[in-house]
Amino acid sequence: MATFNLNINGKTQIVDVDPNTPILWVLRDHLDLVGTKYGCGIAQCGSCTVIMDGNAVRSCSIPVSAAEGTKITTIEGLSEKGDHPVQKAWMEHDVPQCGYCQAGQIMSAVALLDNNPNPSDTDIDNAMNGNICRCGTYVRIKKAIKTAANS
Amino acid sequence: MTLSKTSLNRRSFLKVSALAGGGLFLSVGWLAGCKPGSKEAALGMPEEWFRINGFIRIGENGLITIMSPNPEGGQNVKTGMPMIVAEELDADWSKVVVEQAPLDTDNFTRQFIGGSQAIRMGWNVLRQAGATARQLLVNAAAQTWDVPANEITTESGYVIHTASRKKAHYGEMASLAATLPLPENVQLKDRKDYKIIGTARKNVDAKKIVTGKPLFGVDYKKEGMLYAMIIHPPAHGLRLKSFDASEATGMPGIKDVFQVKSHQDDYERTFFDTTSFTDTVAIVGNSTWEVMNAKKAVKVEWEEFSTYEESRDWNGRKEKRTIPAGLEDEQEQLRKMGIAAKNARTVRKDGNPEDAFRSAAKVIERTYNGPFLAHNCMEPMNFFAHVNGDKVECAGPLQKPELTEQALSSRLGIPIENIHIDMTRLGGGYGRRSYAHWLIEAAVISQKVNAPIKLIYSREDDMTGGIYRPMYQATYRAALDKDNNLIGFHVNAGGLVEPPLYADRFPAGSVENYLAEEWTVASNITVGSFRAPRSNFIAAAEQSFLDEIAEAIGKDPIDFRLELLKKAKENPIGQNNDYDPVRYAGVLELVKEKSNWEQVPAGISRGVSAYFCHNSYAAQVVDLKIENGQVKVEKVVQAVDCGLIINPDAARNLCEGCVVDGIGTAMYGELKFNQGAPDRSNFDRYRMIRMSEAPKVIETYFVESQIEPTGLGEPGYPPVFAALANALYQATGKRLYQQPFAPQLS
Repeated sequence: MATFNLNINGKTQIVDVDPNTPILWVLRDHLDLVGTKYGCGIAQCGSCTVIMDGNAVRSCSIPVSAAEGTKITTIEGLSEKGDHPVQKAWMEHDVPQCGYCQAGQIMSAVALLDNNPNPSDTDIDNAMNGNICRCGTYVRIKKAIKTAANS
Repeated sequence: MTLSKTSLNRRSFLKVSALAGGGLFLSVGWLAGCKPGSKEAALGMPEEWFRINGFIRIGENGLITIMSPNPEGGQNVKTGMPMIVAEELDADWSKVVVEQAPLDTDNFTRQFIGGSQAIRMGWNVLRQAGATARQLLVNAAAQTWDVPANEITTESGYVIHTASRKKAHYGEMASLAATLPLPENVQLKDRKDYKIIGTARKNVDAKKIVTGKPLFGVDYKKEGMLYAMIIHPPAHGLRLKSFDASEATGMPGIKDVFQVKSHQDDYERTFFDTTSFTDTVAIVGNSTWEVMNAKKAVKVEWEEFSTYEESRDWNGRKEKRTIPAGLEDEQEQLRKMGIAAKNARTVRKDGNPEDAFRSAAKVIERTYNGPFLAHNCMEPMNFFAHVNGDKVECAGPLQKPELTEQALSSRLGIPIENIHIDMTRLGGGYGRRSYAHWLIEAAVISQKVNAPIKLIYSREDDMTGGIYRPMYQATYRAALDKDNNLIGFHVNAGGLVEPPLYADRFPAGSVENYLAEEWTVASNITVGSFRAPRSNFIAAAEQSFLDEIAEAIGKDPIDFRLELLKKAKENPIGQNNDYDPVRYAGVLELVKEKSNWEQVPAGISRGVSAYFCHNSYAAQVVDLKIENGQVKVEKVVQAVDCGLIINPDAARNLCEGCVVDGIGTAMYGELKFNQGAPDRSNFDRYRMIRMSEAPKVIETYFVESQIEPTGLGEPGYPPVFAALANALYQATGKRLYQQPFAPQLS
């Protein structure tokens, strides 16, 4: 066990955990931030996507020991009122079906648009290919990303 | 208006159920989800709720809570079912708050999701719930204003008496309405008067989903809750022999490691009590990560089990099933399937198929194969349970809580009335969450450690845990005469462990000489419902085969199907034909028109398919091209007839999902067995469709219908496999007989 000072959603959080604990489980079990989801544990499905220093990363595969000194944004930290342009676009297009993967999808989309405000279809495919949606909402996700890009 | 006798009994309407508050640790009130400045926020939380019936509570300020009775797994029933209640209640949708009902068999019926039946089976009950409440509010106004009830009208949450210029919102009449006797008959609205049904309404949970609020079983937390995982055998055919937890129990955060038995040996199972592994090892600790680590340190010995018999009771139908011993391999499974196919039983025979094939000028014969598939719900199997003495509180995602409750009660020896099950949003179901052995495991673990626990499966536990889509095979034969007329049709289909055939579906009824045969192979690999069970394989086989027949006789594939359907309508062959040829033809005609069928764009390869299942009809046209060896699905146009549409945009979303999921499964989905062990256990090797592989455009058209709502979650899924296969044939010249397709295209 060791103590870590983390910057999550602009707040300092102190946790005392095994240094190998993936950020995902620190968020979910220790900080009650359960919007970030477990899907595969091996960075293959994207459900656990958070933004670390501006990049979309898979929180299931990064130990908490690598998180100190970084800024992490989770789905809960995207906006206070759920009115981030990407969240609004997701609601406008009524994207979710079961909804489980959508926090990860949204975080990947936010990181994409932060780095590339006008992505092409190929840019979107490349940025979103790491996020699986078993319900098959990809067509709406792409539309929502375009709407958010234009807003 | 339609007069309808109320069929819900008095008790169910008057009973005040003790709804537990639910344990979602961040479960703040509905106001948190309201937009600032919206009507809901402006209206505020009522000081008092009046329970009008099991579905409806009305606040004194006019705010209405509608309970959504069935679990929500992404089909959007949590929006659609309350919409039906609100329509007949004549409510203002912006003043409706939806709440997920717990399992409550006194107030609700059929709290299942499965078979695409939630809306279809709920239709009348939901309408009556709304209409009865509306009538009680009218009666309350009549009494309050001392005017005849039949002079009172309602509109968007108001009762109105025009002659005396009286108007009041429902909240003002709710306290009296809650005490009045139930009307014996209620008026149901005419469709032309619908204001909510048939209009697009946003997913009631959308805001919570996009802001990451705790909605799912895995998000559930309670004070003092421990985390648990299980270890199940690595292969089918194995069972637990012994385990050594000495290292694991000493690891940080670990509370206990012990054996869990999910069903007693003499338990007579019901249909959905399928368990791949009855005996597992549980690890319980303070956090998921600590439990995951300790799990690796448990040393487990497995042993092969001997052949045994399992008895089942399915609504009184008793069945004994022999579960064979052994560690199975794919080659051996295929060999057994080949033998079984030769010993098939006839399930339907029309005319004289033997003569037709003997006299045929040409016979086409093709064999199709489909592998085992894992459901791969994005939310792995999990459940919260707290067994506290003789009281049980559970929460989590499951499709058939009522059936699981019985098994749980039996296993724990605690009566059903002491068990409370909250239904969280399902991170996907697709059939997998009908088999809720993990709920029983969770409760047994909680009972043992005497604490609230949350059981979670790792992805690997989930994918290798059995209950797969069965492995299937179908051989089709068509007999053509010298003029290329289809004079005989023969299907021989089976599976391990269940057959895929629906012998009375199209093309049965359209061919004079028809023979359908089926067979099964016993196995210790567990199988279960998988989105559009059976249809998800047989549609692909049948609709690919029809494409091949159409080509052989030189007919357009849509025209060929329409000609057969015309025969089935005008001169149906045989008995019990299980489809409506007019509705079937309807979706084909609509997709033909909307896809501009005869005008194939340059460079595009096109395929069509149609199917009937879950009381609905779907037809799809897939347009694709192959670029640098990669399949690019440019466009899918689909026509769907599911009767009346409740929530059109949500219905479209569901149909789009069927297309993407179907294409993904057809291209990539497979699971094979080596020595009883699945050959893949996570998404690194189990390939799922990703965004770049999804169709660029999906257009969905609904047949305008006056028929009551029929199924929607599944009907669009089976046909797209074949529309894809038929388009791929146009692109490559190669027919595909084996799922998945992708490995054969590179």
